[in-house]
Amino acid sequence: MNRKKIVEFAGFFLLRVCLYIVFAVLLLFLYDIGSKGAGSISWEFLTKAPRRGMTEGGIFPAIMGTFLVTIVTALLAVPLGMFAAIYLNEYAKQTRLTRVIRLSIRNLSGVPSIVYGLFGVILFVNILNCGTSILSAGLTLGLLTLPWTITASEEALKTIPNSYREGALALGATKWQSIRTNVLPYALPGMLTGTVLGLARAAGETAPIMFTGAAFYLPFLPKSLSDQFMALPYHLYVMATQHHNISLVRPLAYGTALVLIALVLGMNMVAVIIRYRLRRKRRE
Amino acid sequence: MNRMSFARLKESAIKAFFFTNGILAVLVLIGIFCLLLFTSVPAFREINIKEFLIDKNWNPTSPVKEEYGILSMIVSTFMVTLGALIIAVPLGIGVAAYLSDVAHWKVREIAKPIVEVLAGIPSVVIGFLGIVLFGPIIAGIFGVSHGLNAVNGSILLAIMALPTIISISEDSLNAVPRAYAEASLALGASRWQTLIRVRIPAALSGILASMMLGMGRAIGETMTVLMVTGNAPAFPKGFLSSIRTMTANIAIELGEVPYYTTHYYALFAIGLVLFIITFLVNLASDIILHKYQEREQ
Repeated sequence: MNRKKIVEFAGFFLLRVCLYIVFAVLLLFLYDIGSKGAGSISWEFLTKAPRRGMTEGGIFPAIMGTFLVTIVTALLAVPLGMFAAIYLNEYAKQTRLTRVIRLSIRNLSGVPSIVYGLFGVILFVNILNCGTSILSAGLTLGLLTLPWTITASEEALKTIPNSYREGALALGATKWQSIRTNVLPYALPGMLTGTVLGLARAAGETAPIMFTGAAFYLPFLPKSLSDQFMALPYHLYVMATQHHNISLVRPLAYGTALVLIALVLGMNMVAVIIRYRLRRKRRE
Repeated sequence: MNRMSFARLKESAIKAFFFTNGILAVLVLIGIFCLLLFTSVPAFREINIKEFLIDKNWNPTSPVKEEYGILSMIVSTFMVTLGALIIAVPLGIGVAAYLSDVAHWKVREIAKPIVEVLAGIPSVVIGFLGIVLFGPIIAGIFGVSHGLNAVNGSILLAIMALPTIISISEDSLNAVPRAYAEASLALGASRWQTLIRVRIPAALSGILASMMLGMGRAIGETMTVLMVTGNAPAFPKGFLSSIRTMTANIAIELGEVPYYTTHYYALFAIGLVLFIITFLVNLASDIILHKYQEREQ
């Protein structure tokens, strides 16, 4: 083997090590949470409220809180994201304004989550007077999710061939009729897949809800949209750093982390499976 | 009104409806900036803007003399970000290069979703792992009493920035025209030489943009740094000292601060500084990526 070959072999080996390092970190994460969190998971843990200053009991209010706030997030971010994507992909022409819109969307997805939190505090909690509540937190998360749902929906619309649109237009349909009958039905599953991914990320966010509605501890479930709520990510933060006896509640923190990760990755998995099936169907 | 014009009216109404939704992103971005600005302004009735930016001491609850200097936090933020990039950039480019140039396509099909899983882990979970997993290891290696410091924060931020760096770098490597590599190989260069001297330099703008995006994420990340960097509000002495970033400071103090006080407004001013910094970083990365795409077309 000459020198050139040896260098190439060593170089490629080094690159492969980089990939293995990333895999190892991910495996380590999942293994640590999985092995240490599994012991805490029980029917009681999933269906009961915390007891005795959160040293015993379960995380049911946190699961329900995250579920409810994600619904509010979805109600805001999914339709608005889809409508915006329809505008960008179907109506918008290559103008300066369109470029500004696209630039804003990309920039919005880079705004720090704590800044969304501050924005939520001013706009929803104070100006619109929603207080610290599920509504405020859900709307804040909705705005945070919006750039992701727009991008994902537009990706789905892009996959629809132009001939579909032209076919309808050639038969005398108006623009909206062609979109409604020949574009949306085929793009909708893809749009939903993308938005589920965005919602999964929103469900795991902590910083935006800390000051807009998530509560340290609530013994009861929220009764309306204007109540505060417990949320899984915030509960994990509390159990990991804010509890008065952190080492005692460590197993509960691990259990919470496992449920949170299972929820978020589960939503991811569902989206990926739907996408995979759709792709295969289209190929057939 | 006849039917024809009614249909036309309906069409333009529908178009206007979608346009309103399209323009919303711009309004939200402007809205965030304006509300942060208006809420920050009252803070500067009592605080000198220059002192706010260059004073090292942040002590808003002092009974003697309240101090509002955020320099320590700005330096801390950039310190963990720098640390994160030192780890994540070589690793990320390495993975991207492996996936685009070396790996079998089957490996690539499996590896890409796995990297996406890493991106899907909530930041609060990564912060928790920083406490229970990396903290003790770092304390052991460096012989310090606990592992909650800038090193820990840098490692976690690196892990969070990796998926962004990997996917955008890989995209830009894949976008390099095949002719470049073919010409290089035809001249007798090895695949390794082609990768290092031809393909990576050709994809450099995309790689640079991915670094900037990763940097933007790291600067704005809150939960992980809040949980693992120790949060001492002093000027950082080194990577092993406990630090408090801008994001962590907002998260710590916003819950306790009385509304509509100078301290409250000052926290929004930190948010504004954070917004401006990340906006500029993201804009820069966007311009780099855009130029690169235009050149390709």
